[in-house]
Amino acid sequence: MRRVLTAEEKEEVAEELVRAGIEEEIVEQIKEEFIPAELTIEFDELLGMQIEEEYARDIMMMQGRGEEGEVKLGDIELKVNKSKLPERIKGELRKKLRAVRNKLSRRKLDEILNKVVERYEKAKVEPREAVGIVAAQSIGEPGTQMTLRTFHYAGVGAIYITLGLPRIIEIVDARKKPSTPAMKIKLEGEYAADRNKAEELTMEIEETYIRDLGNVEASTEDMSVWVSLKERELKRRHIEREEVEEKLKSIGAGGLVEATEDGKLRIQVQNKFYHELLRLEEKVSNTLVKGIEGIKRAIVRKDADGEYMLYTEGSALKKVMRIEGVDFSRTTTNNIAEIADVLGIEAARNAIIEEMMGTLEEQGLDVDARHVMLIADAMTMDGEVKQIGRHGLAGGKASVLSRAAFEVTVDNLLEAAIHGETDELKGVTENVIVGQPIKLGTGAIELVAR
Amino acid sequence: MRTKRIKGIKFGLLSPTEIRRMSAAKIITADTYGEDGFPIEMGLVNQRIGVIDPGLRCKTCGGRMGECPGHFGHIELAAPVIHVGYAKLIYRMLSATCRKCGRVLLEEKEKKRFLAEIERQKEKQADVGDVVKQVFKEAVKNAVCMYCGEHQKVIKYDKPTTYIEIDEEEKKRRLMPTDVRERLERIPDEDIALFGMDPKSARPEWMVLTVLPVPPVTARPSITLESGQRSEDDLTHKLVDIIRINQRFMENRDAGAPQLIIEDLWELLQYHVSTYFNNEIPGLPPARHRSGRPLKTMEQRLKGKEGRFRGSLSGKRVNFSARTVISPDPDIDIDEVGVPEEIAKELTITVNVTERNLESMRETVRRGKRHPGANYVRRADGKKVKITEINYGMLADELDIGWKVERHLRDGDIVLFNRQPSLHRVSIMAHRVRVMPGKTFRLNPTVCPPYNADYDGDEMNLHVLQTEEARAEARILMAVERNIISPRFGRPIIGGIHDYITGLFLLTWGEKKFEREEVLALLRKIDIDDLGKPAEAPYWTGKQIFSMILPKGLNLQFRGRINDVIIREGELISGVIDEAAIGSFKGIIIDRIFRQYGEKAAKKFINDASRLAINYILHAGFSFGISDEDIPKEGEEQIREEAVREAEHKVEELIRAYEAEELEALPGRTLEETLELLIMQELGRARDEAGDIAERYLGIENAAVLMAKSGARGSMLNLTQMAACVGQQSVRGERIRRGYQGRTLPHFKSGDLSADAHGFVRASFKDGLSPTEYFFHAVGGREALVDTAVRTSQSGYFQRRLINALQDLEVKNDGTVRETRDTIVQFKYGEDSVDPSKGEYGKVVDIDEIIREATGAEVGA
Repeated sequence: MRRVLTAEEKEEVAEELVRAGIEEEIVEQIKEEFIPAELTIEFDELLGMQIEEEYARDIMMMQGRGEEGEVKLGDIELKVNKSKLPERIKGELRKKLRAVRNKLSRRKLDEILNKVVERYEKAKVEPREAVGIVAAQSIGEPGTQMTLRTFHYAGVGAIYITLGLPRIIEIVDARKKPSTPAMKIKLEGEYAADRNKAEELTMEIEETYIRDLGNVEASTEDMSVWVSLKERELKRRHIEREEVEEKLKSIGAGGLVEATEDGKLRIQVQNKFYHELLRLEEKVSNTLVKGIEGIKRAIVRKDADGEYMLYTEGSALKKVMRIEGVDFSRTTTNNIAEIADVLGIEAARNAIIEEMMGTLEEQGLDVDARHVMLIADAMTMDGEVKQIGRHGLAGGKASVLSRAAFEVTVDNLLEAAIHGETDELKGVTENVIVGQPIKLGTGAIELVAR
Repeated sequence: MRTKRIKGIKFGLLSPTEIRRMSAAKIITADTYGEDGFPIEMGLVNQRIGVIDPGLRCKTCGGRMGECPGHFGHIELAAPVIHVGYAKLIYRMLSATCRKCGRVLLEEKEKKRFLAEIERQKEKQADVGDVVKQVFKEAVKNAVCMYCGEHQKVIKYDKPTTYIEIDEEEKKRRLMPTDVRERLERIPDEDIALFGMDPKSARPEWMVLTVLPVPPVTARPSITLESGQRSEDDLTHKLVDIIRINQRFMENRDAGAPQLIIEDLWELLQYHVSTYFNNEIPGLPPARHRSGRPLKTMEQRLKGKEGRFRGSLSGKRVNFSARTVISPDPDIDIDEVGVPEEIAKELTITVNVTERNLESMRETVRRGKRHPGANYVRRADGKKVKITEINYGMLADELDIGWKVERHLRDGDIVLFNRQPSLHRVSIMAHRVRVMPGKTFRLNPTVCPPYNADYDGDEMNLHVLQTEEARAEARILMAVERNIISPRFGRPIIGGIHDYITGLFLLTWGEKKFEREEVLALLRKIDIDDLGKPAEAPYWTGKQIFSMILPKGLNLQFRGRINDVIIREGELISGVIDEAAIGSFKGIIIDRIFRQYGEKAAKKFINDASRLAINYILHAGFSFGISDEDIPKEGEEQIREEAVREAEHKVEELIRAYEAEELEALPGRTLEETLELLIMQELGRARDEAGDIAERYLGIENAAVLMAKSGARGSMLNLTQMAACVGQQSVRGERIRRGYQGRTLPHFKSGDLSADAHGFVRASFKDGLSPTEYFFHAVGGREALVDTAVRTSQSGYFQRRLINALQDLEVKNDGTVRETRDTIVQFKYGEDSVDPSKGEYGKVVDIDEIIREATGAEVGA
């Protein structure tokens, strides 16, 4: 469809395009190419991006059409973008409107939009709502219904992971390391498509110590440590005998490494003391030959999209991310402290939400994500992951009375006296203690009759 | 009128001057009551520091018992003693300051830096502890004072209250509290700030006590035993000890006793003062009562669950409350509560007598103790008069405007109803009173889910609101119908349970026909005027009857548990009503009515639906007995052969393969683990299969199947276990292994890996379990019990922590979520400012519905 536009018209359309949220760069392109010249518009050649192109064209042609006119993709885009709706709803609305586009008229479109906006406005929180308490109750109440057991995960023979109440407690405790660290590693390209490739990767990742490859024995006879490598293990893990030898030399066990004819490795102790020998044995068997320290096991599984991915027992995000074939943008760990460390606080916040929602869902408990979000945001609000409890949020509160009423009563009071603290009585507990109305919800509003 | 508010509470140390200033009496005698039974002058139970005896007046303020709040007294200590709570801090300060000039052992530059840091933390209202720790750490490092050049000595702290100074020659000298106090006095004000202290509210030397405040007697009342003997409070006992030693100390010192004796007494005084503050100091034997019970002193009074803070200040006892057992009453509305008359006569509401209610109040007073009567009247002058058999007539006549009447609870009054544990806000809701005979609170069963109540002996509490504001707030925010939607997941939490679901399921299932009389009987408790036209004259269908309680114009379509349900213009077109439609937690019809027609309509619907359901289930009859678990012979055979025996064979095969070392281990598992996993899997499948077979023989006509399928109660698993096979028992997700070496019970051979040796129960509950099976079932059952017991305590603490951490967060007028310091936690609540309880069936806006309404087009999930 083609039409000649006047210069003013084009300017107008360009403005519309910007307002509609189409990237300015593209609009700039349109303007540069077309606005000066009064030519037939042919977008097809111009815009590389297919979706935007279609919207842009629709928008160009929307001018001057009546209310009952046909609804273009651009109409939907424009109107939805302009509305004051949260992004998540916009996305859903866009998708659904496109699906029924042929049954819409422009008036109907407006009608639907207005209704959605109206219903959204109705669903908004009331100011002064005590959302914290509601969130705490919404997570705490189902706690009584959760199991205490550790369950396994992703089919038979897979990895054990702490779930249920212990896991939730672990998350809000902001532990440095979860009791069962685990990762979900997504793969790239051929690794994701080929099972064998993926299997190979597990060998790259799984930590392999010399003790896993064969027997390590300390012999008092010749005061040396003997390593007999198993051929099968070496093959399975794609490790060359020489590699092991190199590794042993590099740890500089203080001893000499030599290979004997029968395929054994012998490491001599320098100081011929018995305890030195034992120490060496220990050191040798715990020498990492291959893989990433901390990843005890990795297994390949097919995900819902038919891609191969890895589940691991143990977690080492930073190192795993660097491995070739790993799609690090989609790789996660259940160790929140690690995520905070590697990817930053925002990522940690999202991880808390993901982990909590996942755990709750697994237990079949229905909790609105907003409650979990609030907890995650409260835990991460000042840049570090803080626990919910004495050493974090509850202990760092401004109110002396509130802290004293929570835990370690007397210490808090003694401290407060030394520092000459003043309790401003703004929170809940403090006002309960002194017997005043609480400044939350209805308590925050005053009506004075004159 | 605006009520006054406490704006803040400042904490600080009491200086000796302050203690003396606020003291109403100096205490010098350790005695309490004299021979005459009156408190002794200058004694610990002094009439100037508060009265606890009826009839006496306070000599300080003139108030009587109950009026006078009590006043502090003081004891002049013969020698200073360390305050145990600050012993550690004193040690740090001594180490960080110069022994001669008292200045903090840091360069000016460093001091400035630290002070600035402390300032910054204070501004943020954050903890200064870490900075102060740094100050101490840095200061101890300096061995020579940079201000006076004095050589510092190492100070050793000997818990709990001893300080020893060690010089280079390893010579030790004990620092007596007097020395300590002198040193602390020398620390200048500007250096004190480095310890995070505010010199105005806390000078370091005040941590060494020279004067001891004596709390008012009202804070340590003595109790009179039955024998007429007085028993003093633990604190009083402790104060007696302190005064005694204090006096002995003075006497000895005045008499010029040897230093050794003086020091011993000093130590004793220190001990008594220390245990007066805290009787659980590590390293100090607790002071005991004559009976051997350790005394409960200051710290013990404050801390812990039953302590002052958590026990008395955060949780308070109230009047106007009642508690009794609950029992069901499906005939009262969901927002009503049946209150026994006995309780209604005890609980009162104060009514101001006005022009308009004068007559009715007279009538109320005249009824006296008979139910809708009153217990007390309060005259205009404030005098309270009890209504008795004798004076009710007189009081009723006398009653006038400006009086107050404390009348009995009546039908329609708003009260709060609560069941512990109050885990979420719907554990307390506002109900309307309905006074009834009997001794229990009556509750509509549909309201059980939010309270998590049942009727096996549960008790609940009731609170009568005393002010108009409270009643208004309760009615608007806490009424049951306002809380149909749970804030946790945005779906109804109040709805049909058990027989309500069964009833409506039966009514709307298939094509049931009813004659006019039957229809009228079913609807007799529901307010319906027009029966409409019978669908299959002269018969009405079950769906038609259900449609009568739906609001006009309701359009709804959803997937039920059994089939798709379509409601058009308030008519149930197709589908059967089940848990997904009207159950609590799911109840999509309830959800829709609540949002589209409002809470009153939702309340009415739940009331009507439950009455209809109960009437129908009474009409149709519904029962379940042991014979309902009967499966025909061939079915039993099938279960035994196809499911159980088959699986057992496979298990045997697995074991054989394992023993022959033919079994391949799963990746990352040992051979044994692999075997266990495969056996578990096989036996799990056996039970499922048995269940499937049983299900084939037990049609939906079977009561248990019907309840499971409709979501009323129980699951197919329950039925499987009753009728077909109980299945594998487990402990920690594994087969049962514990017991003897290599076997679970002596009935089996050692090393037997077979199904029955490790807790597979092949019998059904109906058949009855064999002795070994019974034992294994008990083993598995015990785990469940332990689990529940551990879980309650864990989740209780978990919730307490959550509440404590989040309770102050609130949505401000600008839409941000902030805490008390105004720190922003979220810029927009939940990223979209949506209240979970205000969305539409768990979603923010039901876009599908809006599009369907506008275009008639189906978007498809």
